[in-house]
Amino acid sequence: MSHTEAAAMEVHSATGLSSRKILMWTFIGSECMLFGSLITTYLVYRGKSVVGPYPEDLLNIPFITVTTFVLLMSSLMMVLALAAVQRGDMKWGKVWLFMTAFLGMVFLGGQVFEFTHFVHEGLTLKTNLFGGTFFLLTGTHGAHVAVGVIWLLSLFLLAQRGRLTQANAETVEIAGLYWHFVDVVWIVLFTLIYLLV
Amino acid sequence: MSATGATAAEGGDHSHEGTYSGGPWSWITTVDHKRIGVMYGLSAFFFFLVGGIEALLMRLQLGSPENTLIDPDLYNQLFTMHGTTMVFLAIMPLSAAFFNFIVPLQIGARDVAFPRLNAFSFWLFFLGALFMNASFLFGGAPDAGWFGYANLTSTQYSPGMRIDFWVIGLMVLGVSSIAGALNFIVTIINLRAEGMTFMRMPLFTWMTLITSFLLVIAFPAITVGLVLLMFDRMFGTLFFDPLAGGDVLLWQHLFWIFGHPEVYILLLPGLGMVSEIIPVFSRKPLFGYAFVVYSGILIAFLGFGVWAHHMFAVGLGPVANTVFSATTMLIAIPTGVKIFNWIATLWGGSLRMQTPLYFSLGFISMFIIGGLSGVMHASAASDLQQTDTYFIVAHIHYVLFGGVMFALFAGMYYWIPKITGRMLSDRLGKLHFWIMLVSFNVTFFPQHFLGLHGMPRRTFTYESGLGFEAMNLMSTVGSMVLGASMLIFLWNVLRMLRKGEPAGANPWEGSTLEWSTTSPPPHYNFRVLPTVHSRDPLWAEDTGDSMPGDDPSVADPHMPGPSFYPLLSAVGIIVMAAGALTTTFPVVFVGVGVLLFGVYGWAFQPLEH
Ligand SMILES: [Cu+2]
Repeated sequence: MSHTEAAAMEVHSATGLSSRKILMWTFIGSECMLFGSLITTYLVYRGKSVVGPYPEDLLNIPFITVTTFVLLMSSLMMVLALAAVQRGDMKWGKVWLFMTAFLGMVFLGGQVFEFTHFVHEGLTLKTNLFGGTFFLLTGTHGAHVAVGVIWLLSLFLLAQRGRLTQANAETVEIAGLYWHFVDVVWIVLFTLIYLLV
Repeated sequence: MSATGATAAEGGDHSHEGTYSGGPWSWITTVDHKRIGVMYGLSAFFFFLVGGIEALLMRLQLGSPENTLIDPDLYNQLFTMHGTTMVFLAIMPLSAAFFNFIVPLQIGARDVAFPRLNAFSFWLFFLGALFMNASFLFGGAPDAGWFGYANLTSTQYSPGMRIDFWVIGLMVLGVSSIAGALNFIVTIINLRAEGMTFMRMPLFTWMTLITSFLLVIAFPAITVGLVLLMFDRMFGTLFFDPLAGGDVLLWQHLFWIFGHPEVYILLLPGLGMVSEIIPVFSRKPLFGYAFVVYSGILIAFLGFGVWAHHMFAVGLGPVANTVFSATTMLIAIPTGVKIFNWIATLWGGSLRMQTPLYFSLGFISMFIIGGLSGVMHASAASDLQQTDTYFIVAHIHYVLFGGVMFALFAGMYYWIPKITGRMLSDRLGKLHFWIMLVSFNVTFFPQHFLGLHGMPRRTFTYESGLGFEAMNLMSTVGSMVLGASMLIFLWNVLRMLRKGEPAGANPWEGSTLEWSTTSPPPHYNFRVLPTVHSRDPLWAEDTGDSMPGDDPSVADPHMPGPSFYPLLSAVGIIVMAAGALTTTFPVVFVGVGVLLFGVYGWAFQPLEH
């Protein structure tokens, strides 16, 4: 990882910023539009289902509050991981990287449990508009969490083999940008889907 | 693969850096922005001809009333694929060809910020284009229009795989476009030469930057629409099923929130090209540079607030129609600003009447006509008479052919000498221009009247005795000549490759950095990265120390080595697409595996060897 994609080109950077960071920020901008369109679809179709089950029949707010808390904590772990890698403390860097990924997996486990439960209660993609919009929106977010978990575990394994060091702090920082973004999206979804039923 | 890659890189690492190694493998694995630009250009022009042939077939069918040359089913496929091809497979990648070849040179960089991501964008576009067109061989091409309105696209009304080809193909092309646009945003923001502030950037680079932002912001909306449609077709969701509470207009909103900015994605690169060419051929700097930049930004910004002018006829109500009429008319202001700036640049200049300027002037005049008819149906009341008639067909072709394609041809005549190192024939170029201009107008001007007389678009024939015959025949004859004019261009290019005059570094006495290096440029573009002190560095007096040129005492710069992984990653996505198309999920997983393998190989392969 000592050579990054942009390294050879970065003889000078016109802005003084890292190209990879600008790439990630712009990508996040694009992702905002993606989630924005999905959220709009969810809101447009809210209350339009002609058959049940309806959101108020199924949504388990206490349970999701716990998994939301877990995901929030994973962002804290991410901050700690980056701080550790930046100061060259790879031992704790590895611990926090793994913990971030682990809490992400716990969140995903909660989502799998929730989805399975809903299917048992008779809500699938095809049941009604609530089923379609709910599974698509939270599923897209879950897929983003899954990509983040794979990314973080890859960084963790690299660190295990000594191929991720203080010099690659920016790589961890960029993964962190992505992770925090996915976390923020969930806060929005949690508010719109669960709190404002 | 890595062995081949390493050998190629060794060959290109030291003294031979300036020259290319040949062979197909060096093209397949290239990450050089110039080669990628050439590949974009060649494939885009190929699909431009494919889309053109589709159009000519439709014109043949419409040449006489109650014609039976083409049956309604094929006609639906032709107009759908003509629109889809011209927008996504011809104009956008042709612009991308220029982004790739010209922008890094214009900003004084050696390549784009992420060369392998760039190769990935190209291969994904190319494979996606083949995927979409493969539909012709497997049960017919998409046939629900380039806009794919719900619920015409539902499995009930469109069984079979036609719409699936369209939905999945567009998603693939969207990923390619977004990846390319992200790359160009970072490249332009971060790799500008020393001293090139934003307000010193060439206009084409500016318009590339704005277009890239539009792509990144607009494409997610259509992506979501496509996902909803794919779920409806594949998993039986009810997003566009009115009986279950679904709203077919949601598709139209999502499509046009993308679709109108898409018009500017197609148009702005052309505006940038013309803004480069007119000053060079008038021998004076662009009049009101800042106005042209800011009006470009304003056009892009306003472009997100006008989408419902495509939906005046669906019954959104008088308030919405009034608001969207007003915002649409507002866009005429920044557009008019640009036109006045071009005219003011020409005014009092010492004009050199060569082919690139001819096409630029053709662009301005045709674009004004297209703009005026656009303002006509910006008014909702007027649009209700014109929508879904040939009036709209005339309008869109005055904007996208008379406008964008004339500008793109201006760009081709202007920059091909830089790309190949040889000059195109000016005489043949002017011949091409006059035949194209006249036949374009013969083809499309009568369609205004056909539309106002009530001839509906997207209909495979018309009855005799309605007064449509003469103008349709005229349009068909014009279109055949228009198609033939492309042969003059191809002949000109072939002639140039055989015996074109050497172009030299700066054949047009241009002012921007791409003209400061050789034609074609060396692999590394600039041995010494340039420093600029003004908007027109090659015209400025103080270039003595800032344009060191090709100083042989400086060692060849190291360039990124070739890589097979971008193509492999793109292949993974196409395998996923094929699996989704046929709903064979094992194939999807194979595709995911190939993609993951490609991405990991990519991430761990050093950029330089
Ligand atoms: Cu529009």
